[in-house]
Amino acid sequence: MNGTLAIPIPNLRSRPIIWREVLLSVLARVMVIIPLCVLALILGQMVWGGIGTISWEFLSQVPQEGMTKGGIFPCIFGTLAITLLMILIALPLGVGAAIYLVEYAGQGWVFRVIRAAVNNLAGVPSIIFGLFGVGFFILFVGRNVDHVLQTGLLFGQPCMLWAAATLAVLVLPVIIVSTEEALNAVPQSHRSASLALGATKWQTIRDVVLPQARGGILTGAILSISRGAGETAPILFTGCAYFLPRLPVVNLFGVIPVINPFDQFMELSYHIFIMTTQSMDAVQTLPIQYGTTLVLIGLTFLLNLTAIVFRIHFRKRLGCVSIQ
Amino acid sequence: MKVEGLTLKRNRSFGRARGFPKGQDSFLRSRELTKKEFHPQEWLIHQMLRVAGFSSILIIGLIFIFLFKEAVLFFTTAHPLSLIGTWDYDAWEEKNIFKVMWQAASVVPKYSLIPLICGSFLVAVPATLIAALFGIGGAVYLSEIASARTRETLKPTLELLAGIPSVVMGFFMLAVAASLIQDIFHTKFRLNAFVGALGVAVLTIPVVMTIAEDAMRAVPRELRDASYALGATRWQTILGTVIPAAVSGISAAVILGFGRALGETMVVVMATGNAALVTGNVFSSVRTMTANIAAELGAVAQGSEHYYALFLVGAFLFTVTFFLNFVAEMVLNKMRSRLRM
Repeated sequence: MNGTLAIPIPNLRSRPIIWREVLLSVLARVMVIIPLCVLALILGQMVWGGIGTISWEFLSQVPQEGMTKGGIFPCIFGTLAITLLMILIALPLGVGAAIYLVEYAGQGWVFRVIRAAVNNLAGVPSIIFGLFGVGFFILFVGRNVDHVLQTGLLFGQPCMLWAAATLAVLVLPVIIVSTEEALNAVPQSHRSASLALGATKWQTIRDVVLPQARGGILTGAILSISRGAGETAPILFTGCAYFLPRLPVVNLFGVIPVINPFDQFMELSYHIFIMTTQSMDAVQTLPIQYGTTLVLIGLTFLLNLTAIVFRIHFRKRLGCVSIQ
Repeated sequence: MKVEGLTLKRNRSFGRARGFPKGQDSFLRSRELTKKEFHPQEWLIHQMLRVAGFSSILIIGLIFIFLFKEAVLFFTTAHPLSLIGTWDYDAWEEKNIFKVMWQAASVVPKYSLIPLICGSFLVAVPATLIAALFGIGGAVYLSEIASARTRETLKPTLELLAGIPSVVMGFFMLAVAASLIQDIFHTKFRLNAFVGALGVAVLTIPVVMTIAEDAMRAVPRELRDASYALGATRWQTILGTVIPAAVSGISAAVILGFGRALGETMVVVMATGNAALVTGNVFSSVRTMTANIAAELGAVAQGSEHYYALFLVGAFLFTVTFFLNFVAEMVLNKMRSRLRM
């Protein structure tokens, strides 16, 4: 007792409440809560307005009576068809680019320049992609292909192929970034082990790295499908149709129906746009507008949720692997 | 020299231990281990991946080329001064006056960029201010105040907000929010720049919040600990230490948000009223560059002056956003390399 110094220990629990601190903390919380409320408000409003319209007939019929009645089946079909085409173009390109960035490019200036280009591409306004689609895909590539192949005006016109290509360019950064993240999460030791066993670099990537990165690549693909399904500006001039009496389907060899990439198409987001701004009677078609919006928002949210759940699951698993 | 001799010796003994005769290990090293075999398949795949890797650069380049290729053709028929204004006879004033307006379909077509730039900024600036307020505030909460568990549930939810298609946001502003805002502010026009700005802000908040939060979380823990050790409270630490340390990342977030807001198309084409006016009033109808392209490109003849004028607007918009993205990227890169040190 005698030799020890009595150091007064401050009681941390009973620190006086500083009101400024509390106020600022509440304020910061509000900054997150308000956007979430807006999200809930938008969702709630769309469900409230649209749920009455959704029925099997609405989902499976074609628009009737000058688009004031009937369903939106061609739009749903068009959205599914164009996102399918889009992902077929974007996925190989994006995954290839990410593999090159992570496995081959090193850390030098090549890596930095490509990184900067990907980030910049992600920030290009969507309407610019629309202009690019018209100027490059339709008028330059399409017209020249027509000229070379003597196909008249098959490629050089707005059609699903070019709309899908434009969207593919738009979603490319999404796929590259998430694939990159997935590839980086694969432990370096697995690559070394494979190389030490005598596998070549490509064998290592194909049989060791890619199987582990599958989850992340799938997440990126789902996110980009959701993004592509929701975009309107890039497809305004590259292939969307106000109304089409037929589905963009062609019978291959006369029997097998396949998506016709050379036809125009109807699309959900474009349908919302024209129904709200160019419809004959915007008030009368309001239920259709709400219904279409609910279908679109339901589709994109479902895809986004799937992607998020996937990613959480996949990050957890990879975390376990690296600890072992 | 000494070190080299040492490693050589060890290699020799290694070779012998594996049962190679004394003279053969140098042969082995030179022929089989150092010379890489040529795999045609590996080479081909490498080249294909390289093409994919460079595709982003190629696409950016192609966008530049194909926008400007069409845009410069505008000047073959029109005077550069017409991008500011055009002299035209005014029947009301009964004299020629200098008209600063975008009227592409009139007898004397007028292609002034001023009203469009004015409209774009009148939407993007308020939108960015709102998005910066909520984005930075939310980032402070997520990075400094929220528990790890709260953060892990809030972040995916905010991602859903980012996933709202812009056409849905436009529809919501047009059909629901516009009338509400008119009731509150008693504005003359139901659809105006402010309505558009609110919609754009909601879509920009997640962008700003994500990047600002990353920047704050990248601030080393030691700085916070030092601040606390000096007796600072939590908010003194946040305002005096964390935010100044992350200021470059936060400003990059705001710059990127501004770029997004300038480029947003569907919300503004649906909710801002689309009247090309030169005005400073956020409650008046405006027409942005993006909305102008979206509204008019579908109706013009390819190769006409009007068509080239729209590409010119696009080229201008692309240059501005490219510059903004580039600056933000530079700032973020600098911050990343500094924090790594």
